[in-house]
Amino acid sequence: MTSRETRTLVIAVILFGLAALLPFSGNGYYISIGVTIAMYVVLSTSWALFSGPTHYISLATAAFYGLGTMIVATGIEMVPYVVLLLISAVAGAVMAALVGLATLRLSGVYFVIFTLGLAEMIRQLVSWLQNNLGGSRGLYVLTDLTEEHIYWELLALAGFVFLIGWWIGRSRLGFAMRIIGNDETVAAHCGINTARSKILLFMVSGMVAALVGALLAPRWTYIEPNIAFSPLLSFEVVIMALLGGTKRLWGPLVGVIPFTILLEVIEANYPSQTILVLGIAFLLIVYLVPHGVVGRLEQSFAKFRKGGN
Amino acid sequence: MDILITGILLGGTYALIAMGLNLQYGVARIMNLANGEMLVAGAFAAFWTYTAGQVSPILAILFVAPLAFLVNWIIYRIILMPLIKRAKNQGQLEVDSILATFGMGFAFVGIMVATFGAEYFSYDYLGDGILIIGSTFALNRIIAFAAAVIICGLLYLWLYWSRPGTAVRAVAVNPQAAGLVGINVLRVSALAFALGGSLTAVGGSLISTFLTLDASIGVLFTMKALIIVIMGGVGDVRGVIVAALILGLAETAVATLIDPGLTLAAAYLIFILVLLFRPQGLFGKPTS
Repeated sequence: MTSRETRTLVIAVILFGLAALLPFSGNGYYISIGVTIAMYVVLSTSWALFSGPTHYISLATAAFYGLGTMIVATGIEMVPYVVLLLISAVAGAVMAALVGLATLRLSGVYFVIFTLGLAEMIRQLVSWLQNNLGGSRGLYVLTDLTEEHIYWELLALAGFVFLIGWWIGRSRLGFAMRIIGNDETVAAHCGINTARSKILLFMVSGMVAALVGALLAPRWTYIEPNIAFSPLLSFEVVIMALLGGTKRLWGPLVGVIPFTILLEVIEANYPSQTILVLGIAFLLIVYLVPHGVVGRLEQSFAKFRKGGN
Repeated sequence: MDILITGILLGGTYALIAMGLNLQYGVARIMNLANGEMLVAGAFAAFWTYTAGQVSPILAILFVAPLAFLVNWIIYRIILMPLIKRAKNQGQLEVDSILATFGMGFAFVGIMVATFGAEYFSYDYLGDGILIIGSTFALNRIIAFAAAVIICGLLYLWLYWSRPGTAVRAVAVNPQAAGLVGINVLRVSALAFALGGSLTAVGGSLISTFLTLDASIGVLFTMKALIIVIMGGVGDVRGVIVAALILGLAETAVATLIDPGLTLAAAYLIFILVLLFRPQGLFGKPTS
């Protein structure tokens, strides 16, 4: 480990430690926003793990998330919660592998289109299964877990995602991904199995998103498919990650915090305008900060240093 | 038999919408994910003129089409042009246009919800049934189908028998080569994009005569149009028509035989089969 890496690690641990103290503030509102922010941090960081290097825009977050939530909601009466978490993670990875096998061998457009309707399609299937297998549509998730617990769980998961992201960045897989992102033909000629690398990384992303859904299930108490498969979630995650920037591991974090707070304010004051805000955010990102806020800052910084010398 | 005819009637209208998307993606190379929102706008225009002025939706098409053409032309010129100029390669443009058209679609839904509310809208236009081979079918579906067939036919003639149509097909095949033989690629792309948007909006007007829509349903139609275009093959008129009919039939079959709530799952099943076995489109040649 170089001294620079040690320094980054120390700073990261300190920040995590500070973030873990939030529930001791005792303020329910802060804790609630903290849970939402932690959720989006995990989701958009894991999204960027895959979509950052490949430039494949995944809109499947809501599908994985909903899958995790539904697994917990369906099984909570029969199976211990921890086992359900494991099942959700495995289910998320398996679904990602299947989606990947169908689409990632082909060009990126197929992947975007496939993920676009995935959450809605699975919602239809789950509703249909519930109607026909005699289950009721609404399910209750009653646990002893409080918002504080969920917050800490998510924080731990965030730490795990950052570690994985750091490890992937150093591994052969991460190196392969960077080559694929730059030029897929070159990557294939170097002997990289491009489809396999992409599918593996997408599985990590899908697993984490399903796990987040499973962790958040106790928060809602009452769950039905329409709640679990919220269509806007996928888009919010994309916006936050792109707003921050996907080149750096901590880039999405920069986008998540302001945008979550903005969404909270909008939802509290103008609930029907959320979708308009998302639309404007998409346009602003494409035209003003195509490489994210972090990318933009790094550009300006590089220019400033050049100008100084 | 019922399924067959209803499916074909539905597929005809789908063909029109998918043809619009095909022009935008196949010729102008813009993956327009706000396509469904254009459809809803066309539907809403028909709804509005019918309830406010008692204008028949078929007549409404006469002003929906040029208006949508103009709007889409402006969108291409003002919103998408900077992205086309900026893009270093096709992949970059694809990502940018996906994000930008999503943004447009969302902003549009937001504006629609803010001005007209999020309720479903529908109206009663020629809902009477007529008898075909022993079963009754609603007249509005048949008229919509007939209109779609006429418009698709005109488009086909224009594409294959006129000079500008030939230019459009040339750009679809190879923009660089089209530029070499003196075709103004950007102008033809703008034309194709505007025409595509216009077709989609007209499809929306037609669909609104027999389906109940709301402001946020657009994305579902975008999805269907995309599946049809991929199944039919990008830039392939004949393939798109066949694909639209297949999707219309499959959806109708699933809705009647299993559950109306599973239409998207049916579309996905087809989509997966296409991706696994014929990703180049129904009539496309496999690329090496």
